[in-house]
Amino acid sequence: MKSLFVFIFALVFTGAVANTVFAADGYSVGSAARDFTLKNVDGTMVSLKNYSDAKGFIVVFTCNHCPFAKAYEERIIALHKQFAPKGYPVVAINPNDTKASPEDSFENMVQRAKDKKFPFAYVFDDTQEIAKTYGATRTPHIYLLKKNAEKLEVAYIGAIDDNSEDAKAVKEKYVESALAALMSGQAPAVNSTKAIGCTIKWKK
Amino acid sequence: MKRIVCSLLFFLCCGQIFAQKLASVPVVTFEQFEALIQPSADTVKVINFWATWCKPCVAEMPSFERLQKEYGTKSVAVMLVSLDFKRDLEKRVMPFVRGRKLQSRVLLLDGGNPNAWIDRVSKDWSGAIPATVIIPRSGGMKTRIFHEGELTFDSLVTKIQPLLAK
Repeated sequence: MKSLFVFIFALVFTGAVANTVFAADGYSVGSAARDFTLKNVDGTMVSLKNYSDAKGFIVVFTCNHCPFAKAYEERIIALHKQFAPKGYPVVAINPNDTKASPEDSFENMVQRAKDKKFPFAYVFDDTQEIAKTYGATRTPHIYLLKKNAEKLEVAYIGAIDDNSEDAKAVKEKYVESALAALMSGQAPAVNSTKAIGCTIKWKK
Repeated sequence: MKRIVCSLLFFLCCGQIFAQKLASVPVVTFEQFEALIQPSADTVKVINFWATWCKPCVAEMPSFERLQKEYGTKSVAVMLVSLDFKRDLEKRVMPFVRGRKLQSRVLLLDGGNPNAWIDRVSKDWSGAIPATVIIPRSGGMKTRIFHEGELTFDSLVTKIQPLLAK
């Protein structure tokens, strides 16, 4: 009897620990992703549920100031142009605290989107709640979501490809490969990668 | 007169070469870097990943320089590992190192695909910088100490102090 108690206690305890760790780390592949309502650079409010034709999303945590984010701007535009017509649009989210990084203010987002002619939504996560819930740590940081009935399932987390400095020298296009797998009804062979990036500037 | 001009030129050139040597920042592959961060019998290694454009990295750099200055004689070696793009080495990294007269060892890591080497530094590293890894001396505690985010001088000392105890 006593051992049964110990066993149950251990089970509950490890469960609790695992849960906390999980929450602190944000989403992993297979997690159900939450929707949001965030202000876009065109002044409208954007939610994923409003994209009725989408089969999924390329959610990109990015910003104006980070050299890695800038290095990937053209590639993010290309991803949107290639995959939005196939049901996977880009939704870019700037989560940075504008006190720590004034270059990432909403006004500067509007300007950046205009200068670079972003064809996708570029929204401001001013409470940082979405970045925290997703578990984003750096810019750029990609979460590939797939619609599964009414749910949005995280299918891939990580880098766009394997070379931020030189787009021409890329050997592994992680996001493209993952999308190709999703579109053929398969799970991505590589579903999680790491890359160097700028830390998200959290509010203090 | 001619001789004076010549010797002046000579000294100028020497100065130039010397200054360049001081500010030279070697570019290393991940394999070379990994060899440099192997535990040493007598030195605690403090490795900080940074970049010239990374504001929090630049902000915390004086703490690492102070650590090198105050603990360099106590068998602590600081290494500042730039993750700037290689094409910015001469344009940005070297002028930065020269301008700030950095005393710690500086190198630029050109490691190729980051996904292949970030985990080899630490499984806990997401890839965001600043990040710091502390390599204890061989023989004592085996595991590396890893920290993603900024560090102060005091928190650095708190982390390395126990590793210096005999």
